[in-house]
Amino acid sequence: MPKLTVDGVEVEVEAGSTVLQACEAAGREIPRFCYHERLSIAGNCRMCLVEMEKSPKPIASCAMPAGDGMVIHTNTPTVKKAREGVMEFLLINHPLDCPICDQGGECDLQDQALAYGRGRSRYDENKRAVREKNMGPLIKTIMTRCIHCTRCIRFATEIAGVQEIGAINRGENMEITTYLEQAVTSELSGNVVDLCPVGALTSKPYAFAARPWELRKTESIDVQDAVGSNIRVDARGREVMRVLPRLNEAINEEWINDKTRHAVDGLQRQRLDQPYVRRDGKLQPASWSDAFAAIAARLKGLDGTRIAAIAGDLACAESQLALKDLMDGLGSPNIDCRQDGAKIDASCRAGYVFNSTIAGIEAADAILIVGSNPRWEAALVNARIRKRWLAGEVAIGVIGEARDLTFDYEHLGTDAATLGKIADGSHAFAKRLKDAERPMLILGQGAISGDNGAAVLAAARAIAEATGMVGEEWNGFNMLHNAAGRVAGLDLGLVPGEGGRDVQGILAGAAAGEIDAVYLLGADEIDMQKLGSAFVIYQGTHGDAGAHRADVILPGAAYTEKNATWVNTEGRPQLGRRAVFPPGEAREDWTIIRALSDQLQAGLAYRDLREVRIRMAEIAPTFAATDMVAENPWGEFGTAGELGDAALVSPIEDFYLTNPIARASRIMAECSALNLANEKATGTHG
Amino acid sequence: MLKDSDRIFTNLYGQHDWRLAGAKKRGIWDNTKALLDIGQDELIGMVKESGLRGRGGAGFPTGLKWSFMPKKSDGRPNYLIVNADESEPGTCKDREILRFDPHRLLEGCLIAGFAMRAIACYIYIRGEFVNEAHHLQAAIDEAYEAGLIGKNACGSGYDFDIYLHRGAGAYICGEETALIESLEGNKGQPRLKPPFPANVGVWGCPSTVNNVESIAVVPEILRRGPSWFAGIGRPNNVGTKIFCISGHVNRPCNVEEEMGIPLKELIEKHAGGVRGGWDNLLAVIPGGSSVPCLPKSICDNVLMDFDSLKEVKSGLGTAAVIVMDKSTDIIQAIARLAHFYKHESCGQCTPCREGTGWMWRVLERMAKGQAEKSEIDLLLDVSYQVEGHTICALGDAAAWPVQGLIRHFRHVIEARIDDAKSAAAA
Repeated sequence: MPKLTVDGVEVEVEAGSTVLQACEAAGREIPRFCYHERLSIAGNCRMCLVEMEKSPKPIASCAMPAGDGMVIHTNTPTVKKAREGVMEFLLINHPLDCPICDQGGECDLQDQALAYGRGRSRYDENKRAVREKNMGPLIKTIMTRCIHCTRCIRFATEIAGVQEIGAINRGENMEITTYLEQAVTSELSGNVVDLCPVGALTSKPYAFAARPWELRKTESIDVQDAVGSNIRVDARGREVMRVLPRLNEAINEEWINDKTRHAVDGLQRQRLDQPYVRRDGKLQPASWSDAFAAIAARLKGLDGTRIAAIAGDLACAESQLALKDLMDGLGSPNIDCRQDGAKIDASCRAGYVFNSTIAGIEAADAILIVGSNPRWEAALVNARIRKRWLAGEVAIGVIGEARDLTFDYEHLGTDAATLGKIADGSHAFAKRLKDAERPMLILGQGAISGDNGAAVLAAARAIAEATGMVGEEWNGFNMLHNAAGRVAGLDLGLVPGEGGRDVQGILAGAAAGEIDAVYLLGADEIDMQKLGSAFVIYQGTHGDAGAHRADVILPGAAYTEKNATWVNTEGRPQLGRRAVFPPGEAREDWTIIRALSDQLQAGLAYRDLREVRIRMAEIAPTFAATDMVAENPWGEFGTAGELGDAALVSPIEDFYLTNPIARASRIMAECSALNLANEKATGTHG
Repeated sequence: MLKDSDRIFTNLYGQHDWRLAGAKKRGIWDNTKALLDIGQDELIGMVKESGLRGRGGAGFPTGLKWSFMPKKSDGRPNYLIVNADESEPGTCKDREILRFDPHRLLEGCLIAGFAMRAIACYIYIRGEFVNEAHHLQAAIDEAYEAGLIGKNACGSGYDFDIYLHRGAGAYICGEETALIESLEGNKGQPRLKPPFPANVGVWGCPSTVNNVESIAVVPEILRRGPSWFAGIGRPNNVGTKIFCISGHVNRPCNVEEEMGIPLKELIEKHAGGVRGGWDNLLAVIPGGSSVPCLPKSICDNVLMDFDSLKEVKSGLGTAAVIVMDKSTDIIQAIARLAHFYKHESCGQCTPCREGTGWMWRVLERMAKGQAEKSEIDLLLDVSYQVEGHTICALGDAAAWPVQGLIRHFRHVIEARIDDAKSAAAA
């Protein structure tokens, strides 16, 4: 561990640290533009110059490895002059159009110019102008503002794994571009906007929408996938203006995917803002009491077994708990949270969560991905796998579709039979897993949703047990969910009770006239045609598939509009917080069910959010420890059986359109159209 | 003055055959095996002892540089890279070696590569050197055929390959780490140091980049003994050096001379003197376009070696002497050099990318007198803001000519501004 002296303060830093990190450890602020902790070191902005004794020239602290006995000065006239000089150079060709720049107020260049600049320009020549570049519907470019820090290039190349941003020309004619003037074909592209220290790359959908100081900032949780990315929701008035990532090393580091960031315009469209009741075949606006009365009238006297409930992908834990308690009160065992029909066994928690944790991917030395396209199902899990792959010495195998996952892998096969071969040890990859110190299996929902789902699950468990994935220190059996609400639903027992029907059973029952009423809690991904003549109550946020089929619509709150809990694929409960109020008459979801329960004489016991959460923790103690991942004891799950040779296919056909909010988003529609076009045009996948 | 018998480059003017047969007549490839038998560490020791300093411009001791290469491999091979990307304006010494004496270079490559335990040598040649590349490739082919390089080179039991790689004409690719980037197929942009090439060079392997002339003189030094080389010139500035004399002289030429020869003697003896006589001299750029120019008063007495020129705040650089007589518009001349550096800046780091263009624009105006006198100090300040703050030395190279101009010819700029002002007023 090298010891350095920074401005007279002695600091000891970890071996491999840079001088910049040592200066920070000594409490010195070092200005920088190109340096970023998560990207490779470029050392090109020269803003971080400091003086080192015995060095004739100032050194770039971001690029200099900290060495034992170095004596660093950060506050000498030389350093001040060097910083002023670099700042002046950065500004001579910068347009200084801060008043019309969206970065204004949160601009590194602005802040550092104030702190380290001279405050006056000595440059009288003409400034450089640079042509705008087309970077697609999410990234707006004003390239004249670019200071060539190359963070965007390094992000695209290193983190996102797409070689689509680069620099052309040299000297003062150097320009950052996408080469072919095409949208960046990455689901993480929006992060370059956050990385850009100036206003060269800004968010296109957010262009000229708001100033940072006008926004109310709420720290919350994303629900577009099951990763549970930590986000900050910036709202003005009643409108969510934008979503930004929040640092969480365990989950999303500091990235979010484009759907998380840009689907929020869907929160303003197609919203259900008042109750509706179907009268004479048409949905007509109604009051809450009318809507409840209509439900009570239809359910009156119905036997519990003729009622069913399905919880959707985005449902929070609180509303799922209320739904479960309501169905118990009505005497119905027909409840399910697995819209996709995944054959998950809810009795063993280790069998349905991402046990190794997302950060644990970095420790794995052999990874088998089964029936999943992590790039679309959980873009940040995919980014972690890529990070692991870049670190080297890892065997990655894929059973399922051979897609471009941004890392190299061995394509082992497309069907469950291949999985069977690994399970019985006859496949070569079984040895790779067995020889690995920390082997990992990532099981996608696409693998276990088919008729052979339970058998696939059992085979996966067999592999985990046979290759030593499950131990005291390490559990490499990982289920990758794509729905934010799923793990909470499983934790709270939203699976069929004794003699109850699962989703397929409910749909079959409704079609056969054995189910008379179905309660859809934001469930839009099922085949509505199969609901037959059943009475459908739809509680949700958007006029999507469920609302169209509904007989009564109860308007709920979207994830940005309620204080609620979601459990991510790791089994980590996290609290989302209300950034804005729900529109119109819409209400927080658990309160709707609570109010309805009174009308149905199935009154729920809790009266406020605190009591709901206490009840949640009674059912599943994991809810008591938010942000934590519990240890889950290994157990039996899955049912051994015929694996068959059906292909294992990821359930996501279009990354940008996976839920009602995204489907209502204009930006996502635009991305969707472009992304599909790209895939056809380039054919680089696989 | 150098005795003819002390000359290393005996075919500098192409008067003899450059091919293998001719080269052998001049003593090249003469029992090279015996030189290799001296032993690797001993060879490096002899080069150290000779006092040879790098001929590419920076003047770093060559033997010391070689000694940085790992003596024991950690699994990665060592590489020797020869920098034949000679692009410094005014410099044309390596070119003569490449086209008239390629075997002298190749023999040096084998010995240097052997001493540094390199498995191969890459010669990165400037793209514009088409004929030179043809000659060099032909020489490489001859050497392979004669068993001088390749498997069991010169019968020494040592395997050594030499590859020729042609650049695409960027000045920056003469910077050693940019050269390595370019060699790897990337955009030619300098790398951060540390790590230095001797640790992490081409393809991540230990590499040493040497100038053509530095490598080409090695066999002769070893044959005649380090003390012979060290005995020429002044202490710490020893040996012979090819000087390239161009500009306003009667007979521009390349000439091999001893280090530390007086500048005046060099010009008068070998280049036929300054056009119009020594008193018609305005300034000399003594070491290629990147070093500060010297006015006549300094040129009268200065010696041509690393330390003497450093004392007068200039440098030996590549020893390309650019002579300017009194007909020269010195401001326009330096503005032209500023344009060159602005054009050749890679654009990677801020001070050079932005500063070179700024300096050029101000100089262009100053050449026309369209400036304020206060801008002279501004220009000087900008040059100091570039110097020493960049990743590679191109920033320094762009700043020094400007500093030299202002240091010695401030009165010319001021007069130009005054003239322009009075002309405008009239």
